[in-house]
Amino acid sequence: MGVEARKPPPQLALKLRRALGGKAGWNGVAVQLVFGAVLAWIAYEIISNARTNLESQHIAAGFGFLRNSASFDVNQTLIPYSGSDTYFRVFIVGVLNTLLVSVVGIFFATVIGFIVALCRLSPNWLVSRVGGLYVEAIRNLPLLFQILFWYLAVLAALPAPRQSVSVLGAFFLNNRGVIVPSPLAQPGLVPFLAMLALGVVASLALRSYARRALFDQGRAIQIWPYVLALLVGLPLVTTLVFGLPVTFEFPQLKGFNFAGGARIIPEFVALTVGLSTYTAAFIAEIVRAGILSVHKGQMEAGSSLGLSRGATLRLIVVPQAMRVIVPPLTNQYLNLTKNSSLAVAIGYPDLVSVFAGTALSQTGQAIEIIAMTMGVYLLTSLVTSAVMSVYGWRISRSLGA
Amino acid sequence: MTDIAASSFVRQDLVSERAAPVKTTGFVGFVRTRLLNSPTNILLTILGLLLVWYIVVPSIKFLLVDAVWSGNDRTACLAENAGRPVGACWPFIQAKSTQLFYGFYPEAERWRVNLTFALGAVLLLPLLIPRLPAKSVNAGLFFLAFPAVAFFLLHGGGIAGFGVSWVAGLLQLFADSISGAGEAVVGLSKTSAAGPALWAIGSAIVLVGTLLHWVIFPLTWLRDQMLASGQGPWPDFLITAVIVSVILFVLGGGARVGSRPLITCLATFAGIAAVIKLMGLDRGGLPIVDTRLWGGLLVTLVIAITGIVASLPIGVALALGRRSTIPLIRIFSITYIEFWRGVPLITVLFFATYMLPLFLPGNFTVDGLVRALIGVSLFTGAYQAENLRGGLAAVPRGQGEAASALGLSWWKTTSLIVLPQALRHVIPAIVNSFISLFKDTSLVSIVALFDLLGSLRASFADPVWTTPSTAFTGFAFTGIIYFIFCFGMSRYSLFVEHRLNAHRRN
Repeated sequence: MGVEARKPPPQLALKLRRALGGKAGWNGVAVQLVFGAVLAWIAYEIISNARTNLESQHIAAGFGFLRNSASFDVNQTLIPYSGSDTYFRVFIVGVLNTLLVSVVGIFFATVIGFIVALCRLSPNWLVSRVGGLYVEAIRNLPLLFQILFWYLAVLAALPAPRQSVSVLGAFFLNNRGVIVPSPLAQPGLVPFLAMLALGVVASLALRSYARRALFDQGRAIQIWPYVLALLVGLPLVTTLVFGLPVTFEFPQLKGFNFAGGARIIPEFVALTVGLSTYTAAFIAEIVRAGILSVHKGQMEAGSSLGLSRGATLRLIVVPQAMRVIVPPLTNQYLNLTKNSSLAVAIGYPDLVSVFAGTALSQTGQAIEIIAMTMGVYLLTSLVTSAVMSVYGWRISRSLGA
Repeated sequence: MTDIAASSFVRQDLVSERAAPVKTTGFVGFVRTRLLNSPTNILLTILGLLLVWYIVVPSIKFLLVDAVWSGNDRTACLAENAGRPVGACWPFIQAKSTQLFYGFYPEAERWRVNLTFALGAVLLLPLLIPRLPAKSVNAGLFFLAFPAVAFFLLHGGGIAGFGVSWVAGLLQLFADSISGAGEAVVGLSKTSAAGPALWAIGSAIVLVGTLLHWVIFPLTWLRDQMLASGQGPWPDFLITAVIVSVILFVLGGGARVGSRPLITCLATFAGIAAVIKLMGLDRGGLPIVDTRLWGGLLVTLVIAITGIVASLPIGVALALGRRSTIPLIRIFSITYIEFWRGVPLITVLFFATYMLPLFLPGNFTVDGLVRALIGVSLFTGAYQAENLRGGLAAVPRGQGEAASALGLSWWKTTSLIVLPQALRHVIPAIVNSFISLFKDTSLVSIVALFDLLGSLRASFADPVWTTPSTAFTGFAFTGIIYFIFCFGMSRYSLFVEHRLNAHRRN
């Protein structure tokens, strides 16, 4: 005669309790109720105060103002824009300008950052010290300070257009910005771009084919001659057939200013230089930490297998370092995008400057405008962090396997 | 025998000395191994030397050799008057130094600023040196007492009441707001379709508000009596001291735990009384200096220190909230942290400047500096929470479990076992976020506050000092100030990190 097994205790109530109140149980539920009531009260206070304040200032809440005419000019636009366009178009102009300065800044920041990181890792004492000095000096000064330094001290000290500093006779630096040759599209542009795209796609396909051949059958295929032919040869042939894809219109000094060419406004130059040098210092540290995080034995194992130093770096060290580098690097890219809002200090027409600055002071729609501005940055951050968590999940899956 | 002698070879003389190995120590060895050991490295060394030559030499020439050291206006710093190439224009800094340090703080009152910073330094330095004792008293003084004293020193003004009046005022506002909300709902019920239901809800809320008014009636009555007596804050202070002491005594376990908590509490109140008396807060205090007159390094330090002091409790609360198992609190904490971390500080400052006044009652104006302080604290709090979360995760689970096994409550486990260990782990990260906070204070110049950078920018507009080298001089001077603060903090963070990792070194 066996003892009858006891029935398990009823789990439903426990589970409910856990779901509603966490480990704290019904106390947790009570805490939540109080907390919710406080939040509701704060929200009520905010809404009712905002409503009375807006009424007393005669401002109509809502997004209707976006259809009104903005009637101010913006000195750099990527899409056609004039003063008679709507506030919504101002918003788009601002977002595009923010994106432009972020993308250009990210590019230069990455390049400078990797160079400085290599300097810091260099066995050469002097070079590594110079790299260290750069990082320390840049990281210990405020970004706004640096942007203002470039804008108010360096760029303002450049000569007037008539005495421009000429670089190769094509680029001119003066206190009104940088004058660069402007590209003019020719009939050969379309086939040229098409062939270039074809070349890129074919090279990628070739690379994946070669990798598969290497991993599956152990056959090493040298693909670089084909890639070179695809990427350089194909466009070259199209150029010979259809003529030059673009010609450049060179700037020329006429009177007090330049005719022809395109002008990059000094605000853009100052902001890009400031953002990219500043972020580069952080990127340099991330890259250095990433490369140092790969164990010394990996390098030694690579050379004991007979791989050359370059091949060891390329095939063994860098892939492992990238795993450490990529997440904080993305964070720095995000920081750079957020920091581009400092444009408002020097008047570069980014989102904050034209929308949260000029449009806000013209319309007084503080709540809507600041919410939209914050929303753009928030969306960028959330999308990036979502992508990064997918990346992190894939990395941990590939490691866990 | 001879065979062997003949067939074997015995060396008769010494082998000639080999040349000494290449020297790898000392200066020559260092130059050989670290600078000139391969053709690429020789090239890199030459490039590095060129870079240093073209950056360091002109900088020193500008800052020291060619600099102008005395003068009264721009004429002293113009190349044609000096008769030589002109570098830094230091008289400009001399002329603007008060503006860069104090803004427009009245000259007769500047001793207050100096005193505040001296006080802050005296309290902060022993806090930073790990070997010194009495950390908790020291931290309490710096994080709680110092901000209050600094406020009355820098801003001036006195107090009319004390704890009872403040609590009564706050509770009355709260009760009024609830009653107001209830009446609004009742008003809504007249036009809405769900009239009776709304009316019932509204009446219930009004009832809660009225009940609350009754509950706090003794407090408000006490306040009114004390205001009418015309004795200043002293009666209020005494009553607050008695109430707080009694509550502590009863809640702390009465006579069982000994007299120590009671003595601490009374000593604290005695200290507060001494400060009130010393600064004359009961008699109106020091003359009020409006924050619009504040500027320069003063504003930079005020924002940085307020941000540091205010962000820590916000960060602790959010980090604990994010780890909590209670759903609503966790969701709120995550949303809050991710929101503030996702937006740039400048939009937060715009939010604080333009949106916050709309959210407050119309008769309630907030000072421009306070708005920036609120924005900075909310923003930094979110970053601090993420730092602390790392520290909390680093505390082994067993610590909390052991505390529960001993029968400690959640509050005691957290405040006595988990948090102290977590805080120790994250000191370097916290100091690093203080560095970025200090750098970020420069952003307030965009919302029309004159911090160090804003004052510098304003001083460039002075036509008395417009010379080609003014801007470079100003940036050099401010840059050195920022660098000293940030570099000092980063070295300190490295020092703490080194100390914390002492057990991992071999």
